[in-house]
Amino acid sequence: MDTVGLLRDLSQASGVSGYEDEVQAIVRQALEPHADTLRIDALGNLIALKRGKQADGAPTRAVMLAAHADEIGLMVKELEEGFIRFTRVGGVDVRILLGQEVVVHGERPLPGIVGSRPPHITPPEEREKIVGLDELFIDVGIPEERLSKLVHVGDIVTMRRDFLELASGCVCGKAFDDRAGVVAVVECMETLSTMDHLWDVYAVATSQEEVGLRGAMVSAYGIVPDVAIAVDVGFGAQPGVDEAESVKMDAGPAIARGPSIHPLMYEKLVATAKEHEVPHQTEIIAGRSGTDAWAIQVTREGIPCGLLSIPLRYMHTSVETVCIKDINRTARLMALFIAGLDEHFAEAMGLD
Amino acid sequence: MLLRELSEARGVSGNEGPVRDIILEAVGDLVDEHRVDAMGNLICLKKGRRQSSEQAWPRKVMIAAHLDEVGLIVTGINGDGTLRFDKVGGIDDRILLSKQVLVGQEALPGVIGYRPIHLIPRKERERVADPKKLAIDIGAADKSDAEKLVQPGNYVSFRTAFQVLDEEGLRTVKGKAFDDRVGCAMLVELLKEDYAFDLYAAFTAQEELGLRGARVAAYAINPDVAFVHEGTVCDDLPKKKDLSPVTELGKGPAITFMDRSVITDRRLVKLLVTTAEKLGIPYQFKRVVSGGTDAGAIHLTREGVPSVVVSVPSRYIHAPVSLLSLSDFDYTVKLMRAALHTLEGGLES
Amino acid sequence: MKELIKKLVEAHGPSGDEEQVRALIEEVIRGKVDQVRTDALGNLIALRRGTGGGKRVMVAAHMDEIGVVVTHVDKKGFLRVAPVGGVRPLTMVGDRVRFANGTIGVLGREKWLRVSTLPTWDQLFLDVGATSPDDVPVGVGDVASFVRPFTDLAAEPAAELHLRHKGTGKRLVSKAMDDRIGCAVAIHALMQMDASPNDVYFCFSAQEEVGTRGAVVAAFGVEPEVGLAIDVTDTGDTPEAHPMAVELGGGPAIKVMDSEMITPPSIKRWMIEAAESLGIDYQLEVLERGGTDARAIQRSRAGVPTGCLSIPCRYVHTPSEMVDYGDVQAAVRLLTELMSKEIDL
Repeated sequence: MDTVGLLRDLSQASGVSGYEDEVQAIVRQALEPHADTLRIDALGNLIALKRGKQADGAPTRAVMLAAHADEIGLMVKELEEGFIRFTRVGGVDVRILLGQEVVVHGERPLPGIVGSRPPHITPPEEREKIVGLDELFIDVGIPEERLSKLVHVGDIVTMRRDFLELASGCVCGKAFDDRAGVVAVVECMETLSTMDHLWDVYAVATSQEEVGLRGAMVSAYGIVPDVAIAVDVGFGAQPGVDEAESVKMDAGPAIARGPSIHPLMYEKLVATAKEHEVPHQTEIIAGRSGTDAWAIQVTREGIPCGLLSIPLRYMHTSVETVCIKDINRTARLMALFIAGLDEHFAEAMGLD
Repeated sequence: MLLRELSEARGVSGNEGPVRDIILEAVGDLVDEHRVDAMGNLICLKKGRRQSSEQAWPRKVMIAAHLDEVGLIVTGINGDGTLRFDKVGGIDDRILLSKQVLVGQEALPGVIGYRPIHLIPRKERERVADPKKLAIDIGAADKSDAEKLVQPGNYVSFRTAFQVLDEEGLRTVKGKAFDDRVGCAMLVELLKEDYAFDLYAAFTAQEELGLRGARVAAYAINPDVAFVHEGTVCDDLPKKKDLSPVTELGKGPAITFMDRSVITDRRLVKLLVTTAEKLGIPYQFKRVVSGGTDAGAIHLTREGVPSVVVSVPSRYIHAPVSLLSLSDFDYTVKLMRAALHTLEGGLES
Repeated sequence: MKELIKKLVEAHGPSGDEEQVRALIEEVIRGKVDQVRTDALGNLIALRRGTGGGKRVMVAAHMDEIGVVVTHVDKKGFLRVAPVGGVRPLTMVGDRVRFANGTIGVLGREKWLRVSTLPTWDQLFLDVGATSPDDVPVGVGDVASFVRPFTDLAAEPAAELHLRHKGTGKRLVSKAMDDRIGCAVAIHALMQMDASPNDVYFCFSAQEEVGTRGAVVAAFGVEPEVGLAIDVTDTGDTPEAHPMAVELGGGPAIKVMDSEMITPPSIKRWMIEAAESLGIDYQLEVLERGGTDARAIQRSRAGVPTGCLSIPCRYVHTPSEMVDYGDVQAAVRLLTELMSKEIDL
């Protein structure tokens, strides 16, 4: 599979929380060859089902893979003298916005700039302060009269960033959180096409994760899987971040462990990785993981979850950086895990 | 469009070669002589129509625009393969976060990332990020990996594409380094015309480090009169207070009466204003006295050179992406051409 | 001489806008010099040709004064201004300024958040009495200088106060003593000079207050062998002043050093010897912050031995700059002497 190509397409697509259509269209196309059914639910989750070959008489079992399709972004709040005031959708650090290029999704996509005042007219004491949202404007270079016809309050705004290939198989771009996870899920589904697996697999590109795991919550309720794996990105080691708070780049997925994770899910993921020599690492999450796993775990009567994190640098900036190999490894680990699911495991888990 | 090429070319102060090459190509047939001096200034001469025996003033007119742009330079390689850097020219640290850059002659892509918001305590998010903790990431696995690709001293430019934002009206475009590639583009336009006097087009180096190129260029040229073309500050965004916008987009060329570096020549200001009014060309004054341009160096050369600055308003200069109006650009060219022809007959006091 | 000083200080001439001062000086010195020209930056350069065998000397006194320049006219007809030269908001609130066309404006200040804080330039505005942008009689780019008349504190009081005071001082006060007093000294020396072996270029320089720009190019053009600036200097004789061994009335000051120049010992000796030969009181000046045209002349081309003859002045860069008339007269004598004799360094 062309991992880089798919990540590029997904990264360039826009899909701020609640507006994931463009991303979902690409995911649909990528999953179509590997899925038996495909549907979009009420909240915009894309759900692909690939049936397993469960033996006659055995109960139908299902595993859910969740990676979120949405990204953080901005939203038009007000038009003022030909400029656009905006607010945030999801956790955007306001400090990264100066001099950032964006796309305003008005009547048509409009390239824009979050402007910065030049140093010539910025007194030194002002440079010691952050520029708050109330002082920032998006400039699309279109005069007031026409702007008001093209852009409306509530239009979404995405970061605009070219996808770049860096040295050592790393790539950089926007929204790798969690398009990298989506790519891993697609790749896993493709790999499964060449493998036998007993359980049904629901691959879900979830919506609205960044505003509170809302897509995962409802899709898990609708699917009712026996177990689930969320795939998200983890804090890759980077300058300025404590080693204890991060995972290593180019060292495989981080398999999470903690209260949000079912212990046997963790153990089986680790055992699978070891058996097949998939590079991996462990990440301890003491409480809230901030991922879809957190929501899926408490759906209906409770669903055992696992969580894989793809190491990613500069999370929630517009230059998120990831190693392609880590995506491949994550996909492979999930596929091998799924191929290994059987009634023996179901029993050990205490599934009905 | 030449402006596109110039905007996307990389020419951080001290490393203006790529920009100079594009200009050399563009002015090839338009000039009689050219040379590159010790500072890296490109000085072109377009000979005048007038015979040297004729008594007339001015004989030599210098027009300057600077080649260089603000940027970064690699100062070292960290253990984890990321690059330490310093700023070249006036850059507000706050604009560095979350940007793509190109490193060295090979234009190696890199990024300046920042810590995930999740790991930053709320109080700290209210403070300006410490620029010392920023690094350029080229994807190298470690120091030795990075050393194969980058050396300290490599210049780093922002990675920004040129693009037309609006085809109508003010015809706005966005791109990198409009300060002062727009001046360079203007100067090339002006070279397409013939004048009675000798026109020296000086594409100067290292303006952003203190008008260093222009100083030596002007000394060598020893002009009678000088014009400087700039992409200048345009701060016409909504303001809480009714203060000067410095310049306004779409209001035509901006004429400088005074800045930190020069009090411009009254006669030249008058020449520009009367020319604009005669031809119905919109114009404005640059309404602030901060900032400096090559005119600061040129007007103090030898016995003094009457100098003036004419700029195209550009929003967000000294940041990765700036914005200007092509209609302002066209008006500026039109004004300058007419003013230069009027100047052939001398200068009214 | 006071008549000339009055005319000079009351003329309008912020940096870059020295026309009125230049015209005034040109008229006064007409016929007294062998050659006069105005250069590209507006310096007025007048030559008193020598009898031969002497040196090529440049004397510089600057015509320009500090002021403000209009940067913005707001929707209600108020103006925003920026400083021209070293003028500070401290001296501005409630002050008046005058433009070349006679327009007068008052400096106002935005709401006072704390009375104890000084406003920044951004918080000041100029009110010329307009009610909208349409009836503002000046525009962006126009410059203005302080409004303050010449006052002779030495003049006899118009009426007696009920408490009798003894004696009268010799002080003169006005705006722009910096450096019209230097211009006045130079003009008088120029007129009193007898035959001299030296070719003396009296340069009334432009744009000193924004960085000695006029003197930079004038010195290049004159290419002098010796340079001498005539300018004002601070004093240390007022209550709680920054310590400085210069006082008003102690005689003209011979600059030894300021933050921009170290006077060559040979120049210092030349000036001291002349003062002593005339028997006039002089002071030696060490100025910790400031510079004069002398710095520009000294660094011109391959370098020029340069000194500075300073007139002690209180309250420099405020609207009320005060000098001592005795110091001024002595400075004229000293400068005349320096220019008239052969210069042997």
